[in-house]
Amino acid sequence: MTAAFIVICLVILASGIAAMTLRNLVHCALSLSITFAGLAALYLQLDAQFVGFAQILVYVGAVAILIVFAILLTRGSEPGRQSIYSPHWLIGVGIAAVVFAVIGAVILSSKALVRPQAPAPEVGVRQLGDQLMTKYVLPLEVLGLLLTAALIGAVILAMQEGHSKRAGGAE
Amino acid sequence: MTPLHGYLLISALLFAIGLAGAVTRRNSIIVLIGIELMLNAANLNFIAFWRFGPNPEALTGVVFALFSIAVAAAEAAVGLALIISIYRHYKTTDLDRVDSMKG
Repeated sequence: MTAAFIVICLVILASGIAAMTLRNLVHCALSLSITFAGLAALYLQLDAQFVGFAQILVYVGAVAILIVFAILLTRGSEPGRQSIYSPHWLIGVGIAAVVFAVIGAVILSSKALVRPQAPAPEVGVRQLGDQLMTKYVLPLEVLGLLLTAALIGAVILAMQEGHSKRAGGAE
Repeated sequence: MTPLHGYLLISALLFAIGLAGAVTRRNSIIVLIGIELMLNAANLNFIAFWRFGPNPEALTGVVFALFSIAVAAAEAAVGLALIISIYRHYKTTDLDRVDSMKG
């Protein structure tokens, strides 16, 4: 329990709660990127440097920008004075609290988790690249296929209506 | 309380926050943000178990977390495209008013 860990945890929790409760959607997206950056800091603390930097690249760099763009493109739908929560929000918060209570109780009562901390492993990008190109090459290729399919699918989903309208106008 | 407990608890708390947001908010983009938070909590678990596991040289946790990040990115892209498509159709992202899949 170092001071850095506690500070990072406080930042993550505060920005996570802010991302879920703020009224302005752009503020929500910005707090979300702070949460992602805090998680990247936790990965760095856990000696997983490559995952930490991948987290910054993918989440803070790409996903947060994507979410901001989606918010700006759907800007006209912001609620005026009506509630931002669903009418049954109390049940939802209760379910989340129960889930956290169950997971927390299991974590705190588990005996398997008490083990001495192993020395910091020597994990460079070289070993990771070696593993990805030898042992995990098939999952890597499947992942590339999945990303390509998701890219094409997202483009088709987002452009379909305008395309058909243009085709209709040309008739 | 060992450091592993701390990481697992923070991950569980983040998961609960994401779940609460995903089930209580009305805006679909915020629901997607909540799902992203839950996925990130799972990733933190992967890394924590890898670091404090018996054999961290095997790199399985790191590779699993990398694949999980990539799949989550694909999920975010498709999800946001769906939301934009729904917005074009219904002129709203309020989940309480998007209640039919046809017309």
